[in-house]
Amino acid sequence: MSSPYAKLPGWVEYGLIPLVNLAVAFLMAGLVVLLVGENPLEAAYHLINGAFGRGEYLGFTLYYATTFIFTGLAVAVAFHAGLFNIGGEGQAYVGGIGVALACLWLDQTMPWFVVFPLAILGSAFFGAAWAFLPGWLQAKRGSHIVITTIMFNFIASSLMVYLLTRVLKPLGSMSPQTRTFAEGGQLPKLDWLLAIFGLDIGTAPFNVSFLLALVAAFCVWLLIWRTKLGYEMRTMGHSPSAARYAGMSESRITVITMMISGALAGMMALNPIMGEQGRMQLDFVQGAGFVGIAVALMGRSHPAGIIPAAVLFGMLYQGGAEISFEMPSISRDMIVIIQGLVILFAGALENMFRPAIARLFAASSRRAAVVAQTKGA
Amino acid sequence: MDFFHVIVVLLESTIRVSVPLIFAALAGLFTERAGIFDIGLEGKMLGAAFAAGAVAAVTQSVWMGLLAAILISVALSLVHGYASITQRGNQIVSGVAINFIVAGSTVILGEAWFRQGGRTPALGEGSRFQTITFPYADSIREIPILGPVYSDLLSGHFLLTYVAFAMVPISWWILYRTRFGLRLRAVGENPGAVDTAGISVIWMRYRAVICCGILCGFAGAYLSLAMTAGFVKGMTAGKGYIALAALIFAKWRPFNIMLACLLFGFLDALAIRLQGNPLPLIGQVPVQLMQALPYILTVILLAGFIGKAIPPKAGGVPYVKER
Repeated sequence: MSSPYAKLPGWVEYGLIPLVNLAVAFLMAGLVVLLVGENPLEAAYHLINGAFGRGEYLGFTLYYATTFIFTGLAVAVAFHAGLFNIGGEGQAYVGGIGVALACLWLDQTMPWFVVFPLAILGSAFFGAAWAFLPGWLQAKRGSHIVITTIMFNFIASSLMVYLLTRVLKPLGSMSPQTRTFAEGGQLPKLDWLLAIFGLDIGTAPFNVSFLLALVAAFCVWLLIWRTKLGYEMRTMGHSPSAARYAGMSESRITVITMMISGALAGMMALNPIMGEQGRMQLDFVQGAGFVGIAVALMGRSHPAGIIPAAVLFGMLYQGGAEISFEMPSISRDMIVIIQGLVILFAGALENMFRPAIARLFAASSRRAAVVAQTKGA
Repeated sequence: MDFFHVIVVLLESTIRVSVPLIFAALAGLFTERAGIFDIGLEGKMLGAAFAAGAVAAVTQSVWMGLLAAILISVALSLVHGYASITQRGNQIVSGVAINFIVAGSTVILGEAWFRQGGRTPALGEGSRFQTITFPYADSIREIPILGPVYSDLLSGHFLLTYVAFAMVPISWWILYRTRFGLRLRAVGENPGAVDTAGISVIWMRYRAVICCGILCGFAGAYLSLAMTAGFVKGMTAGKGYIALAALIFAKWRPFNIMLACLLFGFLDALAIRLQGNPLPLIGQVPVQLMQALPYILTVILLAGFIGKAIPPKAGGVPYVKER
């Protein structure tokens, strides 16, 4: 995919353009706030204060960010191979089975540091398994990965309703969820981490899976830029015909990439299930799989971009909750709009402002050249 | 209740559930045939349903509601068109974005304007579609077989229901028997050739996107002005994706689309009917399986196990002149 646009300096490409896109998305969101009849500046204040104003708020922000790092990485890994994995939602949902099984099996007899690795393996396994079929179907039968992963999201949702209402629900309980795990099935909080900065985490469910998310981000960086497989994935994403010509197996890379992507999405389940609720409930993913798309687009599919983008979305989720608390006419659905606008401007319309910025740049560098010349003379 | 009566009731609800699917799937047919993937059907339908409910509630006129639905849906289509045609952005990303923006805005605006938890006010008689009763429908209901079929199956639907079924042959005629349709299909298969013939690919695609918007407007208006009296948040509930599945299942052909939508509608009606009642021979079927069946069937079809689904060749690829 050759870019028809002029090459710009790195900080413009990876810093300025995403920021401009983000700013436009927020301006549009401000318009919606105006339509509702509220003050956008006040909403912005509550958003930022609600996300960072107190240790507890920050804890919630980072808790949400943990989730989005996983799903963002999942989407990004697939992006690199030219695959659009829109099924993070389903993969994360099914990944929950792995977490729940590990916890239900061992929570009463083992401490968390024994259950946790098993839960990681379980979630990654189930997530990868759910992504395997779409990957395999694309590689071997030529079905379009976007369509199959959408379909798999819905199938996953039906499957989980079935499992939670009939199979995993404890006897005599009415609500569709597993039993609450004993201590072994609950992750310790990272209160000490924020305490270093003198912040009190309060009731925020910020937990160990955050560290796992950072490790995962580092591993993804290693995988994509420092391994043979990563090289092959990027080659395929860049030019499938070049990859084929170089003797890389397209179907093998497709299947493996999708499974890694699915595993990352599945690991997202650790955070809400073991980290917060201590049980598996219906619809615990809450759209995080789709947020991953926005996060990956914002972060330009690089772990170093995905982590701040995930924190940004964590901020939106936590700050959005505060807005709806302080300004009752704005509900939490404001986040959904902002998310959509970010996806629109950072993804589909990412090149809208590029020609203008490039022109601006060309003009200023020309002027700099003229200045240098006159000085020299 | 005898067996025949059960069948008639089941088919009647099949028709009722299928109508928005038919509109939305035909809408997708127009854009996808012109080479633009559209997973924003869900969002456009939802936006249209909200506009219809809100405007009909304020103006007390069902026609203003319908008009508003079409306008909003076309506007959303144009956003998708601008992103994917003019800006050559990723069509799937754009579709996802539209679904998000609409899902959020309908709730926020609905709550802010009407303060009923994201609903629009319940619509009275004049501000929603009424069912149409065919002549003599009541008097011949007692005649066996013919009576129920005429009175319950054919008569007694909303105007939009008949429009939906009429749109099937009309869409076929537009796509296969007019110059516009020929060019539209060509743009989806080989835009370069169309461009060489001196026809603007961009303008063709914009027109296809507008057609899609109009049909999605009908789908949304049906939901909030006919099926129910008013808009409820998230009322499309995945119908846009089912329509997309139906479109693929029908291999991008108008009459097949109607059949696929009726099939998926039938599964839906059957699932509601079977809730708690075991099926003969098979026994208890989980409702969830019935709900997932359209998606499962589509995946199997895409895998080529029941015929091959071949999408328009240029689908998903933005057209760049002079390469």
